[in-house]
Amino acid sequence: MSRARKLAGAVALTTALALTAACGASGDGSGTTDATNVKLRMTVWTSNQDQLELFDSIAAAYRAKNPEVSSITFESLPFEDYNTTLTTQIAGGNAPDLAWMGDLSKDLIASDALVGLTDHLKATDGWQYDDLEASATKEFSQDGTLYAYPFSTSPFALYVNTDLLAKAGQRIDPKNMTWDQVAAAGAAVHSATGKAGFVVRDFDYKSWNMLATVWTGFGAAAWSQDGKTCTFDGPEMQKAFTFLHDAAFKTQAMPGPGTTADFFAGDAAFTVAQVSRSSLLTDKFKYALTPLPPGPAGKYSVIGQAGVGVLAAGKHKTQATNFLAYLTNPTNSAKLAQFFPPPRKSLLTGEKLAANNTVLTATQLQEAVVDQLPNAVTLPNHTSPAEIAQKGKTALDAMWKADADIPAVLKSVCTAIDPILAK
Amino acid sequence: MSGLTKTRARTPGASPAATKPRDTSGPPFWTIRRRDVLAGYLFIAPQLAGVVLFVLVPVGLAIWYSLNDWNVFSGGQSFVGVDNYAALADDPQLPSVLGATAVFCGGVVVLNIGLGLLLAVLLNRRFRGATFFRTLFFSPVVVSVVAWTLVWGFLLQDNGGINGLLDTVGINGPNWLQRGDTAMLSVIVTQVIRSVGVNMVLFLAALQGVPAQLYEAARLDGAGSRVIFTRITLPLISPTLLLTAIITVVGALQSFAQIAVLTSGGPELSTTVLVYYVFQQAFEFNHIGYGSTLALMLLSFVMLLTLVQWQLRRKWVFHEQ
Repeated sequence: MSRARKLAGAVALTTALALTAACGASGDGSGTTDATNVKLRMTVWTSNQDQLELFDSIAAAYRAKNPEVSSITFESLPFEDYNTTLTTQIAGGNAPDLAWMGDLSKDLIASDALVGLTDHLKATDGWQYDDLEASATKEFSQDGTLYAYPFSTSPFALYVNTDLLAKAGQRIDPKNMTWDQVAAAGAAVHSATGKAGFVVRDFDYKSWNMLATVWTGFGAAAWSQDGKTCTFDGPEMQKAFTFLHDAAFKTQAMPGPGTTADFFAGDAAFTVAQVSRSSLLTDKFKYALTPLPPGPAGKYSVIGQAGVGVLAAGKHKTQATNFLAYLTNPTNSAKLAQFFPPPRKSLLTGEKLAANNTVLTATQLQEAVVDQLPNAVTLPNHTSPAEIAQKGKTALDAMWKADADIPAVLKSVCTAIDPILAK
Repeated sequence: MSGLTKTRARTPGASPAATKPRDTSGPPFWTIRRRDVLAGYLFIAPQLAGVVLFVLVPVGLAIWYSLNDWNVFSGGQSFVGVDNYAALADDPQLPSVLGATAVFCGGVVVLNIGLGLLLAVLLNRRFRGATFFRTLFFSPVVVSVVAWTLVWGFLLQDNGGINGLLDTVGINGPNWLQRGDTAMLSVIVTQVIRSVGVNMVLFLAALQGVPAQLYEAARLDGAGSRVIFTRITLPLISPTLLLTAIITVVGALQSFAQIAVLTSGGPELSTTVLVYYVFQQAFEFNHIGYGSTLALMLLSFVMLLTLVQWQLRRKWVFHEQ
């Protein structure tokens, strides 16, 4: 028996030593603590080869000037699972050094999971912090500190298939339409051609936050400015959803639930989508691009944003912050602008944006992007975005029936999300 | 073997003192029994290691997580005792989720076993093309579940292939995935069509194992087809029925991809089954503690149902009395 115990003890000791050695080897091998062999990793959701090549070229130039950084990897994660994968990496102790972020930003900022950037960027020679558009930085700031650089600030606009309008005999000026006129023309197109009227892209009766591109024109908001109180059941929202419900079930100006229609394939007369989607336009049909049409509350603009920040759980916060400052300096921002509408005022002119855009004209970009940014609001964003989205969707599903009780459904949305807003 | 040789070498009745000088270290450690035990453990070691690493350790961690509240972004973790278990009672969505789980599992089990048995009985006969039909009904099993579900997702759109087909015969099909009742029916049917081939093959094998002379004897005694099926076929394939019932129930409780791809749990909560709810809570809402609690509840359901079926085998499985 004593031999058995000795044997068990030896096995346990060997295992412990092996594990210790393995852990030690992992720490040394990755060069995580060696300032001369820094390996940076940045998660992104793009897999566009041109975009990744641009990132690689900027990273190569940075490494040439900073030899202590031995590699910079851009890890493409699928967009659909991006938040889940990034969160899992952080939770698993494998946080990237830098990360793109969309609606996860509020949670990351609230949890002190991001490194504050303002002081570093202001202190970086030639970075020109004051060049940033205030409406673009608001989403990623807290208490005067910027936590993520809004590298993509893309306004929503209305794309118009003028061929389809002409086919349906609709003679309206795309530049001077209201939402009511869009709905009327959309219904006429559907009636005459069988094609869809207007489509809020990516909504698909699931991602209800995309409807902010409509309800903002009615003066509605999902919750109060401080994010504590649900305003989904307000009178403005009732008007907005009555408009949408009528479009889906009465006039059929908007495709109903379960019906797909892709504007860029020529299946719809109008679509609300970000200006950055213009790359999907082809010469299959004639089109126009205008800012979002005014609603009962007048003119408005909505932007969708993506930021890039430094993770506090990353292993090389200082080097990552330095690289972020380099990646987003005026020179590199100009390069990135060919893919992502920049937040820098110096780059925000129709002509400069048109230099990198082969589809839209300088005038279109001036009207649809530059003129919209100063007063733009962002899509609804809050801490616990996935939970709010799911609870809201579950409640809103009752809206998408012909006989829906609109005020009651909107009230049920508030009942569902109020406890989360109050946290 | 040396220990055995030494033991047998002793002469009965011989004085212990005579052997004492040669046996100073006591009885040998590696007796035949110990060697057999060691060999047994070595044989099951790979499987045991897998079970420990991928079942017992995760279950242990899930139990620990369920007793904690965890901020995945900051890494902060606080012990909350049984709060997450108490939260089960206060979760307003849980009754709907459990209801959807029961409907989904019930539908899948009944349809899968019923259809599998029916197909097996039909294809157990000798006719031209039997092999073709067996292959046809089994082929969805080897298709990727995600690819399968994606295609069905397109077919079940309001303006999709199913309604297009119904339209040609003058039927205005429903908006399958947008109504609670038809959405649940859709996920059940797509799941059953994909997996019924496994049960069909198992039933076929069982049917072909039933001795032909029993059927001949029954026919000579004047038994009809219904009596032969209920008195001979069913009892003799009952072990397979038990196996398929367990496999199908466990498989239904684990069905995730179909729900995630086809309906995302909607409309409302009509197709949010427990395993999908676990995923939402743990990985989308980042409620790791509560998600772990739900996962343990799911595990206990699977174990309980399997145990009940195993106990019931004495009553309805042939040769188990």
